[in-house]
Amino acid sequence: MAAASIEVSETPLVLYTLRRADDALILGHRLSEWCGHAPILEEDMALSNMALDLIGQARELYSYAAQVEGKGNDEDKLAYLRDVRQYRNLLLVEQPNGDFANTMVRQLFYSVFADLYWSAMVASTDPTLQAIAAKSEKESAYHVRHCSEWVIRLGDGTEDSHARAQAAIDRLWAFTGEMFAVDDVERGLIDKGAAVDPASLLPQWLATVSGVVQEATLTLPQNDWMQQGGRSGRHSEHLGHLLSELQSMQRTFPGVSW
Amino acid sequence: MVEVKTRDAELARRAWDAAATVVDPEIPVLTIADLGVLREVDVTDGRVDVAITPTYSGCPAMNMIALEIELALERAGFRDAKVRTVLSPAWTTDWMSEEGRRKLKAYGIAPPQPASSRRALFGVPQVACPQCGSDNTELLSEFGSTSCKALWRCKACREPFDYFKCH
Repeated sequence: MAAASIEVSETPLVLYTLRRADDALILGHRLSEWCGHAPILEEDMALSNMALDLIGQARELYSYAAQVEGKGNDEDKLAYLRDVRQYRNLLLVEQPNGDFANTMVRQLFYSVFADLYWSAMVASTDPTLQAIAAKSEKESAYHVRHCSEWVIRLGDGTEDSHARAQAAIDRLWAFTGEMFAVDDVERGLIDKGAAVDPASLLPQWLATVSGVVQEATLTLPQNDWMQQGGRSGRHSEHLGHLLSELQSMQRTFPGVSW
Repeated sequence: MVEVKTRDAELARRAWDAAATVVDPEIPVLTIADLGVLREVDVTDGRVDVAITPTYSGCPAMNMIALEIELALERAGFRDAKVRTVLSPAWTTDWMSEEGRRKLKAYGIAPPQPASSRRALFGVPQVACPQCGSDNTELLSEFGSTSCKALWRCKACREPFDYFKCH
């Protein structure tokens, strides 16, 4: 018998923490899909390493969300037993890997944000989020360096790699705005100093991303229409497919462990 | 009471010594004390409380290390031990002991450079080859066989080697 989904009491802090946990888990899962398929061995290891960092961050965040919720859920239940509409991640991180350029551009957009976000969260008034931030910001900084170098190499590379990197930027751009959006749930936590206002990170994010894109001889789209929905559980069709793979073991054999 | 406290302090020293013998399963020349992963060992009324901190968020060795600590404590006569993970303050390579750095190098892994900072994280480090000592080395890959290592190559002796990333 398949395992049923759990209910989560989404108080503001639980929801806030879940959103960040979902970002890290889904992007980590996407990167792990490259394991054994990357263009070169070193990159296979790099992508798996970044996946590991993100899944590690997700575990800490899920454990904290479960602890704050206090309803007997744990990191595994939160990851494996929520349906697609209960997932709160950014639409950006669930987008399929596509080619290597697409994966690196997606990583650049997210990592530059994550680096700024976690660096700011080191000053959070929430001690657990602060501790997770102190670890995550160092890992994110390393990811930024790695994907920046790749985007520059691909953009300023061959005609083909340039075209693919530009196509990836054009394809993913509309998903970047969601990173800087704030709703009422987050506003309260921002006012208390537990969370940072992501909108305040936008100028620095834009400066860093523009710098890399420019050095890569690529261009950012002028279009500023942005797609949103992930934070409230309205996802693209891709997330359901990802979750069916990620959750298949726990759904098929409830409570299985090894 | 004083007597109990003294005994607990003495036990804590013995428990620390036992826990400190546990090695990193992925770099078996380094103990968790060398690495700075072992943070605190307390004994209260004979119960041992051990705090460890992960090097990287996703380090898969942590579960193994926690289990090894419990086993080491049990062998030393401590039946009632609890290992917990603390995240703050965040681990840094600066916590690695001099002894740890020396052992790493002898094992063929270039030790991390001290004084980690965002500058060190972003700057290109000058890493000496742990085999021949030459500074004529180059980065092959920023990510190595484990989260904590990068892959380098010595241009003098032509040997590839691991570099313990500055973090």
